[in-house]
Amino acid sequence: MASNPMYQFNVYRIGPEIKLGSVDISFTNASLFMVISSLAILIIFNLGAKKKTLIPDKLQLLSELSYSFVAKMISDTAGSKAKPYFSFIFSLFMFVLFCNMFGMIPYAFTVTSHIIVTFVLAAFIFIGVTIIGFMKHGLGYLKLFVPSGVPMVLLPLIVVIEIISYLSRPISLSVRLFANMMAGHTMMKVFGGFVISLGIVGGWLPLSFSVALTGLEILVAFLQAYVFAILTCIYLNDALNLHH
Amino acid sequence: MLKKIVILLFVTCFACFNIVFAAESGGMPQLNPEFWISQIFWLIITFGILFIVLTKVILPKISDNLETRKSQILENIETADKQKEESQKKIDEYEKIILDSKLKAKSYFNQAREKILDDINKKRAALDKDLDEEIGEVEKELSDLKNKSGEKINKIAAETSAELIKELIGEEVNSSSIAAIVEDQSKINKERKDV
Repeated sequence: MASNPMYQFNVYRIGPEIKLGSVDISFTNASLFMVISSLAILIIFNLGAKKKTLIPDKLQLLSELSYSFVAKMISDTAGSKAKPYFSFIFSLFMFVLFCNMFGMIPYAFTVTSHIIVTFVLAAFIFIGVTIIGFMKHGLGYLKLFVPSGVPMVLLPLIVVIEIISYLSRPISLSVRLFANMMAGHTMMKVFGGFVISLGIVGGWLPLSFSVALTGLEILVAFLQAYVFAILTCIYLNDALNLHH
Repeated sequence: MLKKIVILLFVTCFACFNIVFAAESGGMPQLNPEFWISQIFWLIITFGILFIVLTKVILPKISDNLETRKSQILENIETADKQKEESQKKIDEYEKIILDSKLKAKSYFNQAREKILDDINKKRAALDKDLDEEIGEVEKELSDLKNKSGEKINKIAAETSAELIKELIGEEVNSSSIAAIVEDQSKINKERKDV
């Protein structure tokens, strides 16, 4: 059973079955790792924000560097108008990053390797960005689908393409993160299985590959969190500034 | 990049194969909707709490911290600039003082020099005057002596010749005639000398 590389993505109930009406909202291993990630973020950043020394210590430096990193990312991609959404994008980036990173611990569960989690996040961003766009520009937000400088003949085609690309945003955003995490973890599991099956004679090659993959996966874990956050910023930029 | 694409291709192939293979044993757990609602529920709760606590408590603290540091650094830079300016001013003042004192010293030196030169000139003039006077006196004395010496010699000659004659002939000769003779003789001598 454990040799199945997909087994690691199984969700199972921890503790008793909790039902809200007829809906099952039991506490699962996925919930456990969501709680662990959130708590880790809160503890680290709370400790980092607690001390108010002029010369920061390590944790303070970490939290302040993350703060300025996200702040710079937002101001670079979405401009100064996106400042009110800073805390959301910061939470989003940190949540996805910590979920990805906790998934790198052996035997840990990767929250972001589930399409439903990433899709809920992406759908929330999509709906939020759309609402912000209509609130800022009214029906003028629909100009987003009509790029300037396109000949009239091509316009119907372009508008259709733009609408499809806009509507596929939540899908691409969620599938990108989910597929990257799932693929990476599956691959590592597969190579880990090779180590066992090839034994002490031939197991060294997949083992070294596994080690290298761990490094790659940590990079991917950071990169996907960054991509997730920066794409959110870009969508937000479209909604706030509307120059396509 | 190429390596990553190859690896991802390999993995997707493998995953597809795996999905087909694992379809018998339940397929991808991600597509099993049994715990979807539970995951959404816990995601909303954990992410919501995370978002609220970060927004209300932690991020303002960090932002405050950064702001105070920024303002503190700006303040420090400002004071440093001010102090630099002040020190520049002090240096200028100091240089000015040195320049002034140099000029003063030069003028003092010049004044002293002029004074001393004046003194020297005055003293020299006084000395010259004294010397001139003394020289004049000496010259006068000398010329007096010169003038008197002729007469004295004549007188002495007349006296001696009178004495001589007295001794020789035992007769007193009129001294005035002797003096006339001496005078004649000295005149002749003088003429001889002049010739």
